[in-house]
Amino acid sequence: MLLSTRDLTKTFPGTKALDAVNFDLKAGEVHALLGENGAGKSTLVKCLTGAYRRDSGDILFDGRPVFPQSTLEAQAIGIGTVYQEVNLLPNLTVAENLTLGHQPRRFGMIRPRAMQALAEEMLQGYGIDIDVRRQLDSCSVAVQQIVAIARAVHLSGRVLILDEPTASLDAREVAMLFDVVRGLRDRGLGIIFISHFLDQVFEISDRLTVLRNGRHIATHPVADLDRMQLITAMLSHELQHTTSHRLQRSADTSGDAIRFTGVGRRGRIAPFDLTVRPGEVIGMAGLLRSGRTESAEVLFGAVSSDSGTVTDARGAVDLHNPRSAIAAGFGFAPEDRKTDGIVAELTVRENIILALQARQGWARPIRYAEQLRIADDYIARLDIRTPDAEKPVGLLSGGNQQKVILARWLATHPRFLILDEPTRGIDIGAHAEILRLIEEVVARGMSILVISSELDELVAVSHRVIVVRDRTHVAELTGADVDSDRILRAIADPHASAEVAA
Amino acid sequence: MTAARKLLRRIAPQLITLVAVILLVSLYYPDFYKVVLVNDRLVGIPIDVLKRCAPVALLAIGMTLVIATRGIDLSVGTVMAICGAAAAWSIDQGYGLWGALAIAGAAGLVCGVWNGILVAVLGIQPIVATLILMVAGRGIAQLITNGTILTFDSDAFSYLGSGTLIGVPVPTVIWILTGIAVGLLVRRTALGLLIEAIGVNLRASTLAGINSKVLLIAVYVASGLCAAMAGIIATADIRGADANNAGLWLELDAILAVVIGGNSPLGGRFSIVASLLGALIIQTINTGILLAGFPSEFNLVIKAVLVIVILVLQSPRLMLLQDPVHLPFLRKRAAPTPPAEVRK
Repeated sequence: MLLSTRDLTKTFPGTKALDAVNFDLKAGEVHALLGENGAGKSTLVKCLTGAYRRDSGDILFDGRPVFPQSTLEAQAIGIGTVYQEVNLLPNLTVAENLTLGHQPRRFGMIRPRAMQALAEEMLQGYGIDIDVRRQLDSCSVAVQQIVAIARAVHLSGRVLILDEPTASLDAREVAMLFDVVRGLRDRGLGIIFISHFLDQVFEISDRLTVLRNGRHIATHPVADLDRMQLITAMLSHELQHTTSHRLQRSADTSGDAIRFTGVGRRGRIAPFDLTVRPGEVIGMAGLLRSGRTESAEVLFGAVSSDSGTVTDARGAVDLHNPRSAIAAGFGFAPEDRKTDGIVAELTVRENIILALQARQGWARPIRYAEQLRIADDYIARLDIRTPDAEKPVGLLSGGNQQKVILARWLATHPRFLILDEPTRGIDIGAHAEILRLIEEVVARGMSILVISSELDELVAVSHRVIVVRDRTHVAELTGADVDSDRILRAIADPHASAEVAA
Repeated sequence: MTAARKLLRRIAPQLITLVAVILLVSLYYPDFYKVVLVNDRLVGIPIDVLKRCAPVALLAIGMTLVIATRGIDLSVGTVMAICGAAAAWSIDQGYGLWGALAIAGAAGLVCGVWNGILVAVLGIQPIVATLILMVAGRGIAQLITNGTILTFDSDAFSYLGSGTLIGVPVPTVIWILTGIAVGLLVRRTALGLLIEAIGVNLRASTLAGINSKVLLIAVYVASGLCAAMAGIIATADIRGADANNAGLWLELDAILAVVIGGNSPLGGRFSIVASLLGALIIQTINTGILLAGFPSEFNLVIKAVLVIVILVLQSPRLMLLQDPVHLPFLRKRAAPTPPAEVRK
């Protein structure tokens, strides 16, 4: 084995990002690394490249244990990385970028001609014909990627990690990049390929490894696997026999439904219809970047819809920004808690009353005693683990932060709450509590939309499930049809071939 | 912890620094504390400090709010010049005291709205957005005064700069009342919390329903209005508008006051009282250097050294002035968070 990990473990506050992961990379293979957000792909890569220090476990390079402390050290060992956002200097020339840090010098002065010759030599065999004196940002993104690859290969030479390299390339550029990757594989490099474009994974990879919730799920030769099996491995599907769809309690169809008709946003999510009834849990399933979060953003007005109408029993509902959505009784717990959810420096109390206070307006402050009462009430009800309500929320664990966000919205007594991956990256205990909470508030007439990669979770809590693929709502499963296999089949529809970003 | 105790804990480093600076100055100038009543006016060095710090104190009030939103307002010195020139021009044109105040205030308002729109609506980085007015605004002020020092004769107006109210200089009354008014406004309403929220995490705050655009514009307007008051005082004090020198470099003193006040330039939590103490500290240093009789060419160097010392002592790495262990009279009930808990 060229590069292996043995029982690699990495813990962050409140979550195990990598749990005893074993991973093997052979020389001369392209090995795809797959998993949803938070599965542990990037943590694994960062441990391999020295950006993170592992808690325990071994990294073996050529069978010898290595301890990279920085990306530079990882490079010296032989592990190079190219990220989605090209980490080169756009204002320098191609040659300067390629040779930066090891330019040919004489008496400390850079020798431009020797540098250009070296750069041209480095680019040989990559099948691109460019003037190395050109400024990097005048080249296409694909050429920049290849320059980054050439630099990484030159500096490390044994293992190349490609992190979402094709995210901003068109189909022709992807083909060009893949030619380069195949050439490197044939030269004997081990290549780790991270992508969420499954078609590309099937096209370029020899083997693939699936991670989920920080655990190694499976490693297979690509030829042995079909799309359906792959998606099954990526999305949680373990509890199939123990959880079943609860048909006994159907949603109230008489009440005040919110009707979204033809809402959407060009380039993000195709226009869709959705009727939200009181006391109903709607599940939304789909792969990362399929349009599920984009749907939620349109529903909440975080990205305003450029088509369609929204109505309820009282008439049209204005959703042009989050403020108007909140005024209409909506709430939204976003996927990325850290950047979109918590206000880290403020206390638990302040985070919990924030949406309520924002809706009341600045001139009508909630009295301190009242704030404390609300905060303490939700700390007790949601079992938020904090010494008191005055602790900055950034110091809590992920699961507790998520509960604070939920408390923020519950305090506004919304009629429609959107939860984007409410249980991602939190421990099992908090996970179960959040699912129980969903059942509790729905019983009191609130409507909930849950987006999740955990299909069993969706099946367990949802009255119906909408499947999103390629930025379109492609299926809606109701009643007895709500089960993991049907959802998987809808997500994996083999006719979906347009995944290469156009 | 009661609210008063919390406040005391928050401003303790600034209070200690102020006392230390005063002690240092009084070593060189023992008469520092002497205040006498002459012709119904309080006269003495402390009164002089309280009067002269008025422009920086007023600017620091607005600057505190701007910095709390993770912004900065470099234009306040220039806005002082514009508003002072506008006031002098209005007096000159015979609009009288109230007309002059209204026109100067309107000029400050317009400047604040301009900065706010550049930052909140167009999304320009605050340092760049306010730099535009900082540079261009002096030109506007010079156009108003036709490039000369525009003098005027109005006892009612100059009362704002050199008059006294029950013995206390009017500028002192203005900055203290403004500080109290703005402090009450942000803490008795939810404004303070909402400003802190957008300063810490703009995106999350917007998703929680805070009208962050309007709030951002509002803090720049507040800064513009504070600068207008400072400009009025400066102009009234010298009975003339000097477009070239009014408020020159004062934006930097205002920022310094906010930073000495322990407010993070990265936004979030803020304390107006602490910023005002910062302004007092700066003015005490300025006055003290003059009193101590150093040759004037030493002034800026001594000021720089003192400011460096203060900031180093307050820095998070040292924590000398923040750590309750060093403040025995505050140690009771102050529970420092053990680092182990943070990692959990």
